[in-house]
Amino acid sequence: MTIDVSLFLWAVAALLATAVVAVALGRSASASRLVYGATLGISVVAVVMLMAHLVSAPGEISMVRLPLGLPWIGAGFRLDALSALFLLIVNFGGAIASLYGIGYGRHEDAPHRVLPFFAAFLAGMNLVVLADDAFTFLLSWEFMSLASWALVVSNHRSEDSRRAGFVYLVMASFGTLSLLLAFGLMAGPTGGYAFDTIREMTHAPLTVAIVFILMLFGAGSKAGLVPLHVWLPLAHPAAPSHVSALMSGVMTKVAIYGFIRVVFDLLGEPAWWSSAVLIMLGGATAVLGILYALMETDLKRLLACSTIENIGVIFVSLGLALAFRSNAMGWAAALAFTAALFHIVNHSLFKSLLFFGAGAVITATGQRDMEKLGGLIHRMPWTSFAFLVGCVAISALPPLNGFVSEWLTFQAVLQSPDLPEWGLKIIVPAVGGLLAFSAALAASCFVRAFGITFLGRSRSPAADQAHEVDRFSLSAMFILAALCLAAGILPGFVIDALSPITQALVGGSIPPQSNAPWLSIAPIAESRSSYNGLLVFVFIAVSAWGAALLVHRLASRDVRRSAAWDCGFPDARPQTQYTAGSFAQPIRRVFGTLVFHARETVDMPPPGDMRAARLTVETRDLAWDWIYTPIARGIGFAAIRLNRLQFLTIRQYLSLVFLALVALLLVLALWT
Amino acid sequence: MYGNLSFDIAHLLAGGLVLVSFMMLYQDRLYALINTYALHALVLSLSVAWQALVQHAPHLFVTAAIALGFKAIVIPVALHRIVKRLGIHRDIETVVGIGPTMLAGMGLVALSMVVILRITPDADPLAREDLAFALSVLLLGLLVMVTRRNAVSQVIGFMALENGLILAATGARGMPLVVEISVAFSVVIAFIVIGIFLFRIRERFDTVDVGALDEFRGERQ
Repeated sequence: MTIDVSLFLWAVAALLATAVVAVALGRSASASRLVYGATLGISVVAVVMLMAHLVSAPGEISMVRLPLGLPWIGAGFRLDALSALFLLIVNFGGAIASLYGIGYGRHEDAPHRVLPFFAAFLAGMNLVVLADDAFTFLLSWEFMSLASWALVVSNHRSEDSRRAGFVYLVMASFGTLSLLLAFGLMAGPTGGYAFDTIREMTHAPLTVAIVFILMLFGAGSKAGLVPLHVWLPLAHPAAPSHVSALMSGVMTKVAIYGFIRVVFDLLGEPAWWSSAVLIMLGGATAVLGILYALMETDLKRLLACSTIENIGVIFVSLGLALAFRSNAMGWAAALAFTAALFHIVNHSLFKSLLFFGAGAVITATGQRDMEKLGGLIHRMPWTSFAFLVGCVAISALPPLNGFVSEWLTFQAVLQSPDLPEWGLKIIVPAVGGLLAFSAALAASCFVRAFGITFLGRSRSPAADQAHEVDRFSLSAMFILAALCLAAGILPGFVIDALSPITQALVGGSIPPQSNAPWLSIAPIAESRSSYNGLLVFVFIAVSAWGAALLVHRLASRDVRRSAAWDCGFPDARPQTQYTAGSFAQPIRRVFGTLVFHARETVDMPPPGDMRAARLTVETRDLAWDWIYTPIARGIGFAAIRLNRLQFLTIRQYLSLVFLALVALLLVLALWT
Repeated sequence: MYGNLSFDIAHLLAGGLVLVSFMMLYQDRLYALINTYALHALVLSLSVAWQALVQHAPHLFVTAAIALGFKAIVIPVALHRIVKRLGIHRDIETVVGIGPTMLAGMGLVALSMVVILRITPDADPLAREDLAFALSVLLLGLLVMVTRRNAVSQVIGFMALENGLILAATGARGMPLVVEISVAFSVVIAFIVIGIFLFRIRERFDTVDVGALDEFRGERQ
């Protein structure tokens, strides 16, 4: 059975209709359930169609051209292996966020500010992935950006949300501008805006280089590539939690889709240094992202920063795929590209799960600050368990899915000695080291996130009185947790499902894995490296169960309760526990002065003064200080200078137009 | 193509339009300027009619008729009446002197020749010359708008500019009549609106010198 692309356009139309209905429903009580129910239904139907497509005819291409938009282009839509994968990510993310939203939406103060844009946001992301010409792509991209912007400022009374919305809007416009220029260059003077036309053209090396850099700006700013990441930790947490999950888990993937579509599919062969740029940027993004995450005490901001890290990992794999492809090493390119796609899928799963967990914590306690949480494992056992699974997965521990994709990434890194370029030979292992480092930091970051939030004793009355969240939210989290486990112990099936894409885009694929004995995977050859998630899972389960059995058999069943040892402090209040700040301090001491310009000031009152001593830590984001502040200052200066133009006489305005026209004609006369 | 009569006549008429544009540049009385504008429109309608004949495009005759009827007769008459009712028969002061204006006009004609002849090397010679003249007329119209302070003469500059557009459009083969009619219609609308504005401006400031508007905004001491 082949699935026609127009079916997905109907799904998009249904989502848009839902958005309109949501506007009409306004503030009515049942609006939230109705809208989330509708988006859930539509997304599930889309997911089922995609599953059928992937099972029956994975490489099939289906196209349709609607007479919309520009008259001589129309609006093209296309479903191929790559867009099918990303459609699956978008619609699955949409479905699970809607399911979560049915429960979570009940606590929303202003649902009429969220519901219409939620449906429109899903429609926008679908359209970006389906688009088959530059015009439709840019229009959908901008639609997606604006819908998500509306969701970011849905809580518009908070100063932080408004600022986040402003920064996001500026960065999104900048990104769209870059994309616009990139597509303009690719279309060339003849204006071939359809992707098919662009694909058939051969571009000059300079054009390819410029388009590549513009795509880094355009897609990188949406995905959160350092140093274009500054909006991400502000905007993603400002939205309601299920929207944060969509933005972090899904929208960043749509941005990567745009990058892959252009760089791997449309552009032709970039020069070798572009892969080096990609690899270095990815490595820097991974390390900086996770360092930011380690410094955060706000749970949702921590998750948003960790998204930056994962984007870095994905971009490293993409850079490797590009490097291998340009050297005609198809199998290695396929390995790196599979690693990237696998990590994209994984990150959309566990990042959604973690944001849902954070949302559950916020619903239960009203707190996002980890320093005010703690001990939630006693009051929210189910949420804690699901969150723990997400933490283990994102920390890349076997047998969960995060491990598999990072392992594949490292397998690809290990192929780098075969590359002919010396630059890459040196860079890639170094970046591999950075990745290993960021993986270790990620593990400590999520030990901190889980430990401070869910373990220990509650640090505030709100955390003390938390209750388990509703069944919808819990079921959404558990579905994601189950999928994390499934993708971790059965990676072979995922890898095989990705192989039509690698075949189409990098001209190679790794050998089929699903019929390997005992469900193990061996991306290159059994003799070099192999991994068996199932075996690890069985081993962990059996050994843990055996150990528990032994302990219970041999130990006494008597329970003895006594006061915990208090280190000599008579009053062990919850505030004396190890805090998020304490946990991050060693790492901040090591990297803080270099990366964050961190400064600690101690305010120690003199003897006799009864006021409390204070330790303040000030960290700065260097991207703000070195890049954005000078740009903002320059623009402000220019704006003040150009202010005079607002107060000219009519004749001066006319002369201005006249002189501009004459100047342009002069340029034309001199240049042609 | 050179030595061809149809080409020569088209060339002559379009060149005549440029010449009349230059005449507009140095008219410093309003009535004279309006009369020159009527001549401008007359030459335009002749040129369009010749194009209609050469291109065997009967709908261009409609364009020519519109140009003749509206621009050469109705609008100049209306402008005469406006000027009479406003009571401004006095000199129109050009902001820049006549000499520099004429020099600038020559520069503009040279510029448009260079641009058009260079970027359209393989176009139809008739259309090519026509486009070059049309761009000159357009730029000269704009120059009239820039160098005058009187609102009535700015309106005339604007309509001379529009004549340049018509010339360009008829020179290029196959402009649909609908476009032509809508352009003519928009010019009439613009004329009406600007006419109304003229009276409103006069009512408020007792002058149609646009400098008065600047004074009103408080930007000139």
